[in-house]
Amino acid sequence: MVTKLTLRFLVLGYLGLLILIPTTAIVWRSLNSGLGAAWASITTPDTLHAVWLTVIVVLIAVPLNAIFGVLCALLLVRHDFPGRAALSALIDLPLSVSPVVVGLALVLAYGQIGWFGSWLQGHGVQIIFALPGIVLATMFVSLPYVAREVVPVLEEIGTDQEQAAHTLGASSFQTFRRVTLPAIQSGLSYGIVLATARSLGEFGAVSVVSGRLVGQTETLTLVVQDRFQNFDLTGAYTAAVVLALMAVATLLAMNALTPKERT
Amino acid sequence: MSAVIAIPGRRTRVLRPGIGVMQGIVVGYLSLLVLIPLAAVLVHATGSGFGGFLTAVTEPDAVAALELTAACSLIVAAINAVTGTLVAWVLVRDSFPGKAVVNSIIDLPFALPTIVAGLTLLELYGPDSPFHINLAFTRAGIVAALLFVTLPFVVRSVQPVLMEADRDVEEAAASLGASSWQTFRRIVLPAILPAILSGSGLSFARAMGEFGSVVLISGNIPYLTELASVHIYGQVESNDLVGAASLSIILLLASLVILTLVATFEHRLLRHGD
Repeated sequence: MVTKLTLRFLVLGYLGLLILIPTTAIVWRSLNSGLGAAWASITTPDTLHAVWLTVIVVLIAVPLNAIFGVLCALLLVRHDFPGRAALSALIDLPLSVSPVVVGLALVLAYGQIGWFGSWLQGHGVQIIFALPGIVLATMFVSLPYVAREVVPVLEEIGTDQEQAAHTLGASSFQTFRRVTLPAIQSGLSYGIVLATARSLGEFGAVSVVSGRLVGQTETLTLVVQDRFQNFDLTGAYTAAVVLALMAVATLLAMNALTPKERT
Repeated sequence: MSAVIAIPGRRTRVLRPGIGVMQGIVVGYLSLLVLIPLAAVLVHATGSGFGGFLTAVTEPDAVAALELTAACSLIVAAINAVTGTLVAWVLVRDSFPGKAVVNSIIDLPFALPTIVAGLTLLELYGPDSPFHINLAFTRAGIVAALLFVTLPFVVRSVQPVLMEADRDVEEAAASLGASSWQTFRRIVLPAILPAILSGSGLSFARAMGEFGSVVLISGNIPYLTELASVHIYGQVESNDLVGAASLSIILLLASLVILTLVATFEHRLLRHGD
């Protein structure tokens, strides 16, 4: 029993030192120079613009990835086709690509010197150093989450009910809407929460593609770094706390939606 | 977070009219977003010949950054294999008030933006540290930041396996006179080893490419604390795109190798579970 207690305190101590204390410290630090200063720094036009931009990016990237994730999961679980194994491996790739490499890849494909650069410019479309680039970078890094969560659920529910619905004369879309979608709802929501958390917090890839124009292409994570480097510590900590609060909200949603096998 | 996909017996071959369209959308989306950009990196790295690529990745500062990244990632993967298993063990086998809270805190590093994690760690273990532990601009600081962001991988991959492990066998071993260490080493460890390896593999891959959490605390001193991702970022900033693309290819190759290894472990984990 002594070992059990030792282990418990060892683990709790490690988690406390590594995670709990740092997270509490940042909240305390941002309020250090007073609530008024924190409020003033979050309500500057540039920061407000960054909050707005972050929300817009998430609102575009996450729904697109959710639709893609469900389609992809359906393809992987319900259909057999050449290249299925390759697709299944490809889905996970964005999880282990460095964010900086993601940003560079998008610049080399869609930037001014990139493959489609001159064509895009000729048609008056700017992707890199503008909103579309930030959205693409965010979509890249949060791509796998929905598919990864929906695939196991689809495998578990099988096809009996779908086939029954089909025999009873339901169209493919009706079957999907009335049978499949309700069944995968828990996995889907969990995947969406994970994708949202990742999208809100993406830094490296967005930093490369956005050009970091203050008040124009700066998302909230970029504001944190920008303020920190300009010695505006209150500004950096306040923006960080806003992001941390969003993270905690995500965590609470994650807990509420945790698939049964993990509780 | 298992990526189990193939259960051949259960898949049906009902061909519905939508499949061609679905395939088209999925492949198109993946190509525009992932494949074409990554291909652009490859072409750009080798565009001026393979020699250009070789020169770029053998620059002394690039080599130093790659070595440091690989070394830190290995250390982090090894530490995680031990601490992650311990954390999972305590969460599954121990019970104490507040366990549910501790369990949900594990996910915090995944939810918290990396730049916030970096700022937080710098605040606590930097020059103004309330504990007088200054890890800013040191390799220890890099390892601490990487440990923070990779904490959940091993815990979350070992936890479910440990939960499903058969306690009877352990009790049998104990009643036959095995010490608790012997029981762990001979009974539990073989069962959870694939999960540990898969979790540390994922944390190694994540550590190799990590940027946001290390960029502030590492100080990015060339040859000393500059990691590969930060080096690439600097090259992009100074418009050395061939150098950046070449180094990126090395990182991409590393993650491909690790992903393949992890897939092998997950496959073994599956067979073990059957």
